[in-house]
Formats: sequence, structure tokens, C-alpha cells
Amino acid sequence: MEKFLLKYFTLIRVIIAIIIGIVISVFLIYLVSEEPAFSLRSFLLGPFLTRSRLAHVFETASPIIFCGLAIAVAFQAKQFNVGAEGSLYLGAVVATAFGVSTNMPAFIHIPLVLLVGGLAGAAWSFIPGILKARWNASELVSSLMLNYVAFFLGLYLINFHFRDKEAGFLVSYQLPETAWLPQFIPDTRIHYGIILAIVAAVLVYYFMYHTTTGYEIRCTGFNERFARFGGINVFKVIILCQVILGFLSGFGGTTEIMGIHRRFVWQSSPGYGWDGVIVAIIGRNHPLLIIPAAFFLSYMRVGGRVLNLMSDVPAEMITVIQSIIILLITAEAFLSQWKYRITLRQAELGGAA
Amino acid sequence: MGLILEAKHILKVYENGVVANRDVGIQVEENTIHAVVGENGAGKTTLMKIIFGIEQAQEGEILFKGEKVQIRSPHDAIQIGIGMVHQHLMLAPDLTVAENMVLGNEPLRARLFLDNDKAGQITRRVSEEYGLPVPADKKTKDLPIGVRQRVEILKALFRNAELLILDEPTSVLTPQETEVLFKTLKNLKGQGKTIIFISHKLQEVKQIADRVTIMRDARVIDTRDAGELSEHDIAELMVGREISFERIAEPTSLGPPMLTVRDLSYVNDEAILVLNRFSFDVRAGEILGLAGVVGNGQTELVRIITGLLEPSEGEVALRGETLIGLSPRAIREKGLCHIPEDRMDDGVAEEATLEENFILDRYYKPGFSKGMRLLWKNISQHSRELVEKFNILAQSTKTPVSALSGGNIQKVVVARELSADPEVIIAAHPTRGIDVGSEEMVHRLLKEARDRGKAVFLVSADLDEILKLSTRVIVIYNGEIVAHFQDMSEITAEDLGPYMLGVQREEAVNGKVSA
Repeated sequence: MEKFLLKYFTLIRVIIAIIIGIVISVFLIYLVSEEPAFSLRSFLLGPFLTRSRLAHVFETASPIIFCGLAIAVAFQAKQFNVGAEGSLYLGAVVATAFGVSTNMPAFIHIPLVLLVGGLAGAAWSFIPGILKARWNASELVSSLMLNYVAFFLGLYLINFHFRDKEAGFLVSYQLPETAWLPQFIPDTRIHYGIILAIVAAVLVYYFMYHTTTGYEIRCTGFNERFARFGGINVFKVIILCQVILGFLSGFGGTTEIMGIHRRFVWQSSPGYGWDGVIVAIIGRNHPLLIIPAAFFLSYMRVGGRVLNLMSDVPAEMITVIQSIIILLITAEAFLSQWKYRITLRQAELGGAA
Repeated sequence: MGLILEAKHILKVYENGVVANRDVGIQVEENTIHAVVGENGAGKTTLMKIIFGIEQAQEGEILFKGEKVQIRSPHDAIQIGIGMVHQHLMLAPDLTVAENMVLGNEPLRARLFLDNDKAGQITRRVSEEYGLPVPADKKTKDLPIGVRQRVEILKALFRNAELLILDEPTSVLTPQETEVLFKTLKNLKGQGKTIIFISHKLQEVKQIADRVTIMRDARVIDTRDAGELSEHDIAELMVGREISFERIAEPTSLGPPMLTVRDLSYVNDEAILVLNRFSFDVRAGEILGLAGVVGNGQTELVRIITGLLEPSEGEVALRGETLIGLSPRAIREKGLCHIPEDRMDDGVAEEATLEENFILDRYYKPGFSKGMRLLWKNISQHSRELVEKFNILAQSTKTPVSALSGGNIQKVVVARELSADPEVIIAAHPTRGIDVGSEEMVHRLLKEARDRGKAVFLVSADLDEILKLSTRVIVIYNGEIVAHFQDMSEITAEDLGPYMLGVQREEAVNGKVSA
């Protein structure tokens, strides 16, 4: 039994964290809501109750998966680049610009627009990469600052050069139908982005754990001096992992534009890049664990929206609740004493270690 | 005489499941020098950390002067009169000796500013009281390591330590400095202090200790009077089997120079000349020993040869082909391997598995990968062979290296480097801080490589090791070669010491000794 507990410790810890988080949410909701039972139901079960809300969980999960993978690749090399948001945003802007300006058959147009989005994100993320590799500038700071630059640069491009003046909102021209990512479940907006995201997770997993380049990235993360000592080109790795981060984020942002909005609509930063950081941490930077982590976060986000629409719980409190749950899950040391005691007993039983 | 310290039934299990102390008990009599010996991973340092409050035991109790005490932090330990000098000295390098002395107990001026005069006075007073001279106004980073150690001892005495724990204090000292330290320790004993002394070096233990506690596999094997035991007895109790202490036989034939270093100079970022026109050859079939006190340029020399650092001037060549400007990988490809001095920083990635550590220099080669794809089956197979061949104690090849003991981690490094089938082996402090058994093995492997006609360059601060293995010896002091010994049959550690300390140097043509 204890061996089992040790083996699945991380999973058990996450589940306990979620339960505690929910207990706290119940308490907070009772505090602020006139109709707590209904509110709670909206929050926890809301996402499953209607077809469109459930679909919404899937739709939201796909860009989060892309950004989670992006962050995970950089974090595995211990490059704390948090530029997924900027690359996602700018990638989507450039892909939109390219998409609305070109005309070709769908079977080329779709992959080409996606590729342009990815490459634009990659090019953007190359900047903190080269700054770190060549001048040892903190990628955390530079990617953070560049997120703002990307946001306002993107807004400028869309609002001044690609704005659809007939739309009545601040949005870009619509993409031609040849650049739409098809939605494949009737009456929902679930599009091929989610499939691409899951395929990407498997590919990134294979890349990180079964290829020489993935090994180089992980080695650099384990111990940069060790990697250098063994002859790994750390300079290249530092840049490469951040370029991959940018590519995945830009690609992910573009799927969202092509699959759901069909035109550029983000007048505020969508926040998927930050959700990516959260799921990378929950998923321990493991590409396959990022999928369930992203679905969980997406469920939380949708639950929050349902709560906001249906109940009297204020939006601020919803954010508080979400944050508490995420905080509990990401706390590494949570329950470590408990694990320690089990380890101890096992070691005593097992004789000399 | 009563007991100053008694620890009973100490159990310590680290978070990764390693049992470091199992029902450990130790009794230290007042006013004695008590040695604790054992192989690496035997649990000596853990026990000391528990006594000093750095680690907490899960079970057991500690009695200090007959009273049960709870030591939850070094602060608690210092309060009751226990001091510790760590293996890696813990002084602030940019502060003066006096500032280091009073750190944490600073005499203040206007309740805010450090009173430097008073700090100096305190330092001189304590220094005189115990007969341990130190330069109060110098920055500690400018002092030789032996003096820095003395500062640490004084610091503990200033805090009224009655029991002083020294964790492998001699591992960084020359024989002469060791002599001075021993005199100091005997002096302190004369003044009523008690000393716990951790060491690997049995000769020293015999020389200085009154009582000896021997640990093995996280347990205490025995505690006896030092007089009752010979070095050989202690070694066998430590290892749990018989071991040999022979000097390794001389080789018969020397080949051509394999590694040539010519006029190598290096000026560091602080404009200090670290290496000054350094020249030597290492020939096939020999072990060239580089003796010297740590920090005289050895680190930089090795990093330059292996491509991890760029020299300011000079030439390094392997079989006549230059290595300057080549990447570490290109240098390895030419047939050079490197057992680094700092195994935890350079030698291994702790979180990574044994397999991932073994393939560092070969993952891209045929047999380990095909195109971009890593061939994990072959890698596992290869790793199992290395674990077997080098006798590495690990649960599996997928275990993270952090779960291994120091000696076994070093074996992982040695296994990787020597299995690369190199022509030139650079071994920097290859047995520092590892147990007798692992040390014996590393020595045997280096000797075997030499007998197979490889060129071995051995950098070590351990003179016994230098004398035991080397075909020839050069001595480094302050970035220069100050002596060169061709005939190993007649030299002893005492002969090398004055050169290592810079007291003496050989004169040669144009003021340079080369080898």
C-alpha cells in the first residue's frame, strides 16, 4: 500500500490539493453568495451541463496545451522564458495578416498560415534567446518586456493596417474560407486545433525524450556546466529551446484564430501564454502530462465563466478561487512531510538503502 | 574524565530514501581528540551535521555534558558550545579576517556601524589567547587555505566552543600545513578543548587521535583507543575486507610525447596572472603527476587543456595537432578525456539517470543514436555493462545519480571517461573525498591505462596519491612550475612540500623550469 502511495505520490497530492481547493471554494462561495448551492453547482458542474459549455472546455484547452508545451521545452532547459503570450499574440497577428492578404487552395493555405504563425512566434522568441546566449541577459526579464512590445505592436498592425472598418468592432478583416480550420463537431466550435495540440504534445514528448537534440536540451537544463563539459553546444541549445517555445506558441495562437474567430479579435491579451506557464508547472514540464493539466485549467476557466454568468458571485472572487486551487496544486512541498514519513518507514523495512 | 558528548540511537533517512545513519551511537570523552573514520557514504558527515544542527535526526538523542539537548540549528549548537569547521570553508572571501571573526556578533559603533577597531582587537585577543596567529586586516580570499582554516577555528573558539568538529580538515593542506594544524589541535587539547576530527587519511588519525570511531554503511562498527589499532586494522574495519597498500610498479617503456603544453599563460578577469609560461609533455605510457596546493593554477590549466577555457597565450597539442580554439567536443574526438576536479558541477547531472550521464560524450555516435533518434535499448545495455565493469553500486541504470554515494558518483564519471578509449587522460583530483575502496579502483584503472600506453596527466593535492602513481612529478606554485622530479624512488612528501609552498624552487635556464 505504501509503495503504491509513494509511486503515485504526485497524482495523489494533486487530487488532495484539488479537494482542499474545492473545500475552500465552498467556504468562499458561502461567504459571498445568496444562493451558494446553485453557485457551487454552476462552478463545479457547470462546464459539463450543456453541450456548448463542454465544447468550450475543449476549445479553450487547445491553445493552453500549445503554450504549456512551449513553456515546458524552455523550462526543461532551465530557460525561464515566459514569452509564450507575446509569441502567441504576434504569431496570430502575422498569420492573420498573411492569411487575409493571400489567396490559395485550402490544402496549402491552411498549413501555410499555420506555419507563418509559428515562424513569426519563433522569430519573436529568438530575441530573448540570442540576448541570453550572447550577452547573458535574463530571458525572464526580456521575454516579459517583449510580451508588452508584442501586444502593442500587434494591436498597431491590426488596428491601423488590417482593420475591417465595416465590422463595427476593432477586429481585422475576415480570413478567406480557405484559411479556416474546420470545426468538426456540429453545433460546437471544436476545431482541428485540439487534434493538432494533442499531436504536438506527442511529438514534443518524442523530441524531448527520444532524440539527440532533446537530450541536449534536457542536459543543459540538468546542469549547464555538465553539458558544456561534455561538449554540448549550450549556446545553440539556449537559442533553440526558446525558438521552439515561440514556434509552438505562435502556432497555437494561430489555430485559435483560424478555428474559432476566423479573424483577429484580441483587443486585450488573451492570457493563454500565462495559462501555459501554469500547466507546464502542474504537468512538471512533461509534454504528455500537459494535456490533462491543460484540460483541468480549461475546465476551471469555463467553470469561472459559467459562475460569472449564472450566479451572483462577483468575478473578482472567481479569480481568487481559481488562484487558490492553482496555488495548492503547484506547491511542490505540499504534503512532503507525509511522503517523507512513508519513505522513512519503507527504508526501515527495506534494510540498507 | 567525563563524556562531553554522547549520541544514542541516531537514525537519519534522507528524503530520497538513503539511510545515512542507522542506530548510530558515539561517546566522546572530554579533552580528547576523537577521530571519526569511514568510507564515503558511511555517514560520518551526516552524524556531524546532526550534532551541529544542520540536519535533524528522526530518532535518537544527544547528550551534551550529560544533559539531553535539542539541537535544531547551528545556532543552538553554538549556544551550548559546539563549533564546526566545514570541509569547504565558510568564510566570506571579500571580508577581512577580523570582519569574518565577528560576523553575526559584530561590535557596533553608534548601534549601527561595524566597529572595525574593536573587531581587530577581538581578533588579536582571541588569536593570542590560543596562540594562533592570523593577519586581522587581510581579506580572507588573499590568504593561503591553511590560514583560512585557522580563522575558522578561531571563529568557533571566539564563540566559546568547547567541542570543535573538523570535517576532513587536512584534505586541502600541504604536509607542512598539516603539521601546523596538528600542533594547533594538540595545543587546544592542552587548553581543555575537545576535538572531533573526520578524516580519510589513516596515517593522520594514528598520529593525532586518542580515540577512533569507525563507521561503515551508516553504522558505527567500533570505537577504540587509537593506540590499539594499526593503520591497516583501521582500513580493514572501514572497508570490511582486506586491502593492499603497495606502491604501483614502475612501467618499463615510455612512448613519444602525446600531450605537449608550451609557454601557456593565462590572465584571468581580475588581471591576475594565473598561469605563467607553463610547459610540459606527457608521454605515452607514463603518469605525469602535478603536485601543488589547490588554487595555484591547476584548475585553469586543466580547463584550458580540455577546451573549457581560452588561454591568453601558448600552445597545447595532442600528437602534434593543436587543441587551442577547438571546442570541448572536438578535443574529445581527438582522443582526450577528462575526469574533472568538481564531479558535482562538471562531472555529472545529479537529477539525470545513470544512463543519461553515461552518454554525455557519445549520444550522437553510431550505436547510441541513428539520425536524430536515441537508441535507448543500446544505451541501457551499454550502461549496464559500465555499471558491472566499474562495480558501481546503484539500484538500476535508470536511478538518478543523486541517489548514489560520493564514491559511486565518482565511479560513474570515471567509467564514462575511461570507456571513451582515450589516448590522453586528464585526471584532476580523481579520488578527492572518496572512500578507500573506490580510491583503490580508480588508481588501478589509471595504472592499467598507463600500461596500455596511454598518457595520463594526474593533478592532485593528495601527495600520497601523486607519489603512489606518478612516473614523474612536476610541482606548481603560483602558476609556475617550480620543481621537476624524474626519479621517484627517493622522494617523499616532505621533499615536495617546500616547493608547493613556494619556499623553495629549482633554478633553471632563463628562470623557467619545464618538463
